Amino acid sequence: MARFRSWVSIALAGAVGLTLAGCSSTGGKRAEDARKAASAQGRAAVNTPRWTVAMVTHSGDGDTFWDIVQSGAKQAAIKDNINFLYSHSDEAQQQAQLVDAAVDKKVDGLIVTLAKPDAMKAAVARAEKAGIPVITVNSGSEESKKFGALTHIGQDETIAGRAVGEELNKRGRKKALCILHEQGNVGHEQRCAGAKETFKGQMQNLYVEGTNMPDVQSSIGAKLQADKSIDSVVTLGAPFAATAVKAKQDAGSKAEIDTFDLNEKVAGGLKDGTLGFAVDQQPYLQGYEAVDLLWLYRYNADVLGGGKPVLTGPQIITKDQAAKLEEYTNRGTR
Amino acid sequence: MSAAAPGTPPLTDERLLKTSPLRKLMGRPELGSVVGAIAVFLFFAIFADSFLRASSLATVLYASSTIGIMAVPVALLMIGGEFDLSAGVMVTTSALVSSMFSYQMTANVWVGVGVSLLFTLAIGVFNGVMLTRTDPPSFIITLGTFLMLTGMNLGFTKLISGTVSTKSISDMEGFSSAKDVFASTLTVGGVDFKITILWWLALIVVATWILLRTRVGNWIYAVGGGEDAARAVGVPVNKTKIGLYMGVAFGAWISGQHLLFSFEVVQSGEGVGNELIYIIAAVIGGCLITGGYGSAVGAAIGALIFGMTSKGIVFAEWNPDWFKFFLGAMLLLATLLNAWVRKRAEATK
Repeated sequence: MARFRSWVSIALAGAVGLTLAGCSSTGGKRAEDARKAASAQGRAAVNTPRWTVAMVTHSGDGDTFWDIVQSGAKQAAIKDNINFLYSHSDEAQQQAQLVDAAVDKKVDGLIVTLAKPDAMKAAVARAEKAGIPVITVNSGSEESKKFGALTHIGQDETIAGRAVGEELNKRGRKKALCILHEQGNVGHEQRCAGAKETFKGQMQNLYVEGTNMPDVQSSIGAKLQADKSIDSVVTLGAPFAATAVKAKQDAGSKAEIDTFDLNEKVAGGLKDGTLGFAVDQQPYLQGYEAVDLLWLYRYNADVLGGGKPVLTGPQIITKDQAAKLEEYTNRGTR
Repeated sequence: MSAAAPGTPPLTDERLLKTSPLRKLMGRPELGSVVGAIAVFLFFAIFADSFLRASSLATVLYASSTIGIMAVPVALLMIGGEFDLSAGVMVTTSALVSSMFSYQMTANVWVGVGVSLLFTLAIGVFNGVMLTRTDPPSFIITLGTFLMLTGMNLGFTKLISGTVSTKSISDMEGFSSAKDVFASTLTVGGVDFKITILWWLALIVVATWILLRTRVGNWIYAVGGGEDAARAVGVPVNKTKIGLYMGVAFGAWISGQHLLFSFEVVQSGEGVGNELIYIIAAVIGGCLITGGYGSAVGAAIGALIFGMTSKGIVFAEWNPDWFKFFLGAMLLLATLLNAWVRKRAEATK
């Protein structure tokens, strides 16, 4: 025991010493704080009552994309004097139960994603029966109106896919690979199908295990080695773009890597030319607008969209806009 | 055991000694979880203002029942000393089979439900037979089944339906009656309760009766306590284990049909990871991971704790990022408490 204690104290002393001795003059928390200072702060800009809005999404744990949606929603909540609650589950049944829980809480507004619309039907109906206004975001543009939601805010995945096909044509690509990292995701299937529709060249789907990055890399690498004629790779999520770049380098391929969604690395990659283009659906806007529109509905009975979905994408981002966006991705709002 | 010396009265057999009711209670496997459940309930009653509303409690009970329907047969299996890692995806498989069979054959929905029951039980038999006829432990065998089912769910759904979720069968004959059985809502005093709560209670009653009042129950405890010893005294070990796996499959069938009839469409990629939640519920409820000890009621209470925590965090308006942390902490606390209670119970015997 005594020996164990002395080891612990040596280790602790060592750790403290290293931290003090090894300050970095670049990056790290200090740089982040400086960036944070440049991002929006705030307090309520209105004197409406403190309404509560709950958001329930189909996200898994620790998802970058949904983090950005949340930060948009939180920013709007600060401005609109709203108490914002967030919960999520990637299991349809759990998500429906979380909506039920929000309805039990008698929230003043509800934001849901309809990635699995049939599973959410009853829960959303229950919310409306309780007189809670519902706005759908991100997925479920077709079902939103049917379920009686005020508005749908998001990107039509098929339209986004078509935009990718067009952009690939513009770049004179002949043979493309569409990387699906979540088997069973309908939205992903629509993206690749949309791209196939407008792309004049050949488009192949490749399924990878998104929760296992080394596997993603080796699968893409193997495919690129096996078929040297592939000249572009489209990934469906920002984190997979960097992995695809690594795979391309390993395979010695010349393919251009393009991606859906943004993050810091993608913005950097666009800037230095390792990536071709990105298709952004502006997640920040999805969260922000959803909260803001619920506030407008509560305050003024305003509804946006005229019964049609409000689209936040696709926005094709190339080298030209990348520099500006890098700053925003850094602070976690793009 | 030496023969009693002549002249001294023979000692009464220790198994015939009367134990006081309190001691009996202290010896129950689920005691620790009952204490835990009360603590969790009081905690959220204090910290989450809307937790005590009738509608909130109905939501909590529903969440608990969807876990509990599986946790009860899984607990029986664990008392029998085995694991089933395929339990989570089996639920999805069961829902997919009934949905796709009905749709593709344009049959009455009940036909699909029946076929699904047979198919799911066959998976259970497969698990049990593989385990009893071959060498590897159940952990490995059901891990294999789990992976195969995950792939089959996706592969077959895509092959047959062309997409990753099934087509809706809500306009087919028999759907509404099946929905009444598996996914209806009962309104009691203005509060909506899901029928899964009744299924859950029925399973608890049946499982408890089997464990405590039948020969099969003794076999389950014996098999879990020591397989060779059980075999030596004439317990049909293989039959018991296959039966237990079929029990899990039956639970998966009920859960699967509930999924299908409450949502009309089944997503093929779901259910992965839930098997661990069922095991956690059983362990919180006092089941030993080594087998031979535990109870169905305990597993049900484990599921209740799980339901209260997962929804209580929402009612308390906490950040759900911490949910898994609480779950892990609770699992550890519950097992420590259970072990302590068991030690005390054995010491006072």
